[in-house]
Order: sequence, then structure tokens, then C-alpha cells
Amino acid sequence: MNETSRSGSGPTDPPAPPPADVVVELTGVSKVFGASSGRSTGGVVEALSDIDLSIRRGEFVSLIGPSGCGKSTLLRIVGDLTPATAGTVTVNGKPAARARLDRDYGMVFQAPVLFDWRTVQKNVELPLEIIGRSKAEREAKAREMLSLVELSEFTAHQPWQLSGGMQQRVAIARALALDPSILLMDEPFGALDEMTRERMNLELLRIWDRTGTTVVFVTHSIPEAVFLSTRVAVMSARPGRITRVVPIDLPRERTVDTRELERYFELVTEVREGLREGEGEVGTGATPSARVRAEGLSA
Amino acid sequence: MTAERDDPGLEPLAGIDDIPGDAVPDPELSRAEVELEQDLEAYQPPTPRPSARARRAWVRPLVGFVAIVAAIVVIWEGAKWIAGDPWDVTAMLGIPVAISHDPPFRWTPVNNINLPHTWTIVESFFETDANGETLLQGLVGAALFTFRGAALGFFLGASVGLLLAIVLVHIRFLERALLPLLVASQTVPIIAIAPVIVVGLKAGWLSIAIVASYLTFFPVTIAAIRGMRSADPRAFELLRSYAARDRTVLWRLRLPASAPYLFTAFKIGATACVVGAIVGELPSGIRDGLGGALLTSMQYYSIQPERLWAAIAASAVLGIGCFMLVVLAERWTLRNYPPTEPGASA
Repeated sequence: MNETSRSGSGPTDPPAPPPADVVVELTGVSKVFGASSGRSTGGVVEALSDIDLSIRRGEFVSLIGPSGCGKSTLLRIVGDLTPATAGTVTVNGKPAARARLDRDYGMVFQAPVLFDWRTVQKNVELPLEIIGRSKAEREAKAREMLSLVELSEFTAHQPWQLSGGMQQRVAIARALALDPSILLMDEPFGALDEMTRERMNLELLRIWDRTGTTVVFVTHSIPEAVFLSTRVAVMSARPGRITRVVPIDLPRERTVDTRELERYFELVTEVREGLREGEGEVGTGATPSARVRAEGLSA
Repeated sequence: MTAERDDPGLEPLAGIDDIPGDAVPDPELSRAEVELEQDLEAYQPPTPRPSARARRAWVRPLVGFVAIVAAIVVIWEGAKWIAGDPWDVTAMLGIPVAISHDPPFRWTPVNNINLPHTWTIVESFFETDANGETLLQGLVGAALFTFRGAALGFFLGASVGLLLAIVLVHIRFLERALLPLLVASQTVPIIAIAPVIVVGLKAGWLSIAIVASYLTFFPVTIAAIRGMRSADPRAFELLRSYAARDRTVLWRLRLPASAPYLFTAFKIGATACVVGAIVGELPSGIRDGLGGALLTSMQYYSIQPERLWAAIAASAVLGIGCFMLVVLAERWTLRNYPPTEPGASA
């Protein structure tokens, strides 16, 4: 525990740490919407129920599940963007709130969420500005991150002048600017076309390999989850639970050819089966009204 | 070439540009060719004047503006031609003319008292008063005086409006509590508020500016509140993930995101502050501004109606000028923002 917190958020962490090095530890995490606020008229919705998950340093873990299964909510709980109703969230050996204040996180959303009025360079500098780095440091670091995502030629552009895929790469560069020990990605390529998406997958793997950061990746694409991850956590909806964790034992070096390996197809099938299993259980379970579901679980 | 010719299967297609091998070069033709080449080398494509596009950007609206003013003049004089007082014009803008016309109808709203001839209004600008000063000089001076009060009022109102919005955005219960009062403040006619402020603060510059700011702050507050909440909710989450303080969120996200909204309010404020400054002058007894000029010309309306129209025109020009200043500031400030509809300016 002590060792974990000491090696916490440094950028100098070795890329291949011992397996005991746990970055994220979730125990009995539940999330109930509408319990405390009186605004929800439809009553209480259980979005997440009793989630246990532990993620080691350098892992790439995907959360996959049907929409409304609470995978985004789970990610937001890990990132301390929303509180858990029950259970404990430990990140780098400390509570999630502490980890956020220590800037252990890098966030990437489905939309790039770039600031229109800032150039690409200044967008990547934003987190560095917030933590009060000097101008020279900021510029150097932002340039380094932009070259990592291969956008060095576009530093002076405004974000709205770039394509969707390029904008998302800027968002990734920004998320990496603080050398976060954990990168939280909420369907980052969901809005991109299939071709761009596959290219971005390779790109992300290259970056993950170079930085050695831990990634928690929310997606609803089975091939994407299998292709990228070291482990896939399959979730089911209402209430959101992790029904199966599929270790992805594909070679660490993933290329375009990985998608043609027999093992890849087997794993895709396994994840798909896991999803179907979860679906089957939903039919029997008592579900709250559809309106409440739409209200509470759309996140 | 010859080898190909010998091969019957590879007969080259005879084109118009093909020169037969045995052709004798025409000295005339080759000289012409050389000349053409030299000409081509010396040729410089006409460089498009770099400002051409920029010029067109304001020339066309200007032409449109002039055309609209001309159309108004035509309708104005046309109404007088049909139903005004009898025309007996001997000079127009200093040019001797002889127009005599008896309109077939009579309609009071377009007689010479209510709607003086447009050229009479223009001529009145150049009439001199007892001090030998033309009305135009007087009105320019008055407009500058009013502009001072209006500008000060604008900055005061915009600052107060923005500060108020910042407070209201951060303290939600205050927004609900205070907003009805702000709305009420705007429904009270400015003409009723002006004497209170002017008498309470003593007539002067500051009181005029405060009346002007009274009209400016409200649109700024409303637009700023809307603008500061306009950013993507995930942008706020992003800053939260960086553990950014409220002040950082304000400066890095809320204010930049509200800028396009703010400028819309500033445009409303720019015209409103001119009205505010003029109204503020009325009860103060200050006669140096457009309010004073309007008041004076109102008193002489039955004798010289064109002087009031001239003062109205001066107020309108001042309002347009203030608006344009805001538009220029907006262009500069929002130059890095995503473009709005092409060609839109306001």
C-alpha cells in the first residue's frame, strides 16, 4: 500500500511494473440515482451495484456493456467526477478525491471538448497552465505531446479547423500533458467513422506503449475492446454489474494483422457471449419504468 | 522516329502539332515563336490587389446603406409631392432651382411642419447662429459631449453587469432572488429614474453616465449569465479533473465561452447607452449635449422643425457610431472563434 502511493503519479515510473502494483481498486462500489435529490419524481434508480475491480499499473482495461449499464458512470466514479453511493474507490493507494486533487487523472471524453478560442498548442498547454508551470516548460511539453500524437504541424491551428479524428488526438495530447498515472477514456472514438477509428486504435496503442500509463477505456464496440485491451470487463445493465472479466491474451504487440488472428475472433466471441448472458438476466429482473431509466442512466 | 516509320504496325498518328522531318523551318515563324516566348517570360500575371476582398466586404454594405437612405428620401419627398404643402422651391442645397407644384391632396403628417423637406434639414446643418457657429459644428460638439457620457456609462454598465452576472452564476440562490428585481428595474421608465439619479448626484457627467449605465447593465447581465453556462458540461468536468479552482474555471472557461454572448449584449448596450446619456441630460439642465440640443430644437419646433430633425439625425449617427465601435471590437476579440454564418456581421 505504502509503496503504491509513493510511486504514485510520477512520470518516471517503469513501463512494466510488478503485477502487484495496483492503480485502481474498487470494492463494493454502488451508485444510486435519485436517492438524495428530491427532483427525481420516479424514485430511486440503481445504476451500479456492488462493483469489484482492481486494475494494475500499465494495464489497459476496457469497460464494455449495453447502453445504460453504467459504464460511463463507473468511469466517472473512478475519476471522482461523481461520487459513489457506497463502496470504496482507491486510486494510487488514496481516495479518488485525493487522486484528483493530486492530478493523477487524464480525461478523454467522447467529444474532444477543446476550447475553440485557444490554438491547438494552447489547448494542450491548458492543464499545464492550471498547475502553474512556466511558459517555457508549458510550450516544450505541449510540443512534445503534440508530436506524440503526430500533430506537430498543426500547433498554430484553431481546433475547429481540424477534422474530428485530429481533434480527438489533440484531446489525447492534452490528457497526457500532465503525465497522468491513469488515463480515463469515455468512448473516445465513438463519434468517429470506422476507418478513422481503427487508425486511432493503433495510434492509442502506440501512445500507451510509449507512455506506459494505465488506461481505463469505456466502449460499446466489441472489436475495439478486444483489440486494445489487456482485460475486458463485461457489464450488464439494470443494475450495472460486471458479469465477466475476459483477459485478452493476444500478443502485446498489436498490429493490423492482430484483427485476423484466430484467437482474436475467439476473444470477440467470448466477450459477445458475456454480453448476451448479461442481457438474458435483464429480461427476468424487475426493472424500473422506462422513463426513469432514461432519466437516470443516460450518463 | 525513322525506325518507327519503317515498321508498318506502328504508324504514328498524324496530329496537327507533328512537324514532318523534312519540313524547312520558316524564319518568320521561328522569329514569332521566339518573340512569343520572350513575351511569355516577361508576362506578369496581374496581381490581385490584396485589399480587394476586404474592400468589397465593406463597399457593398455601404452601397446598400446609401441606397436605403436614398429610398427613404424618395418616399419622404414622394409623400410630400402627393399630399404635402405646396412646393415653391427656389434653391436646393445652395443650387438655384425653380420647382412649383401644388400637391393634389393635403395630409397633415406630411406638411412642412411635421415633415420638412429633406434638403431643408441638410441646409439647416450649415445655418449659423448668433455666435457664427454652424448647427453642424454645434451638433458635433454636442454629440462628442454625449458620447463621453455614453461611453463612460457603457463601461460602467458593462462592468457592473458582468460583475453581477459572475456573482449570480456562482451563488445560485441569489440569482433567483435578485433577477426579478433586475427585471423590475428595467420596466421602470428611464425618464422616471433619470431625475432621481441626476438630482441625487448633482447634475454632471457622472450622473449622466449612471443613467446611461442603467440601460446598459441589464442586457449584459442576462447575456453573461447565459454565456457563462453555455460551455459543454464536459468542459467543466475536464477542469474538475484537473482540480481547477473556481477562479480558474471563470477565467479559462466561463468568460471566454461567454464572449460571443457578451458582444451581442454590448451591441444592445452601445445603442442603449446613447439613449441613456441623452435622457440623463434632459432633467439635468446641462445644455452641452445632444439632450440639450434636442430640447432646444423642440422649443423652436413650430418655427424651425428642421432643426429637431437635424438633432435627431445627429443622435442616430452617434448611435450607429457606437454600434460600429462594438462591432470592430468584436471582430478583433472573436477572431479566433469559430466563424458564424458567412457574411454575418451583427
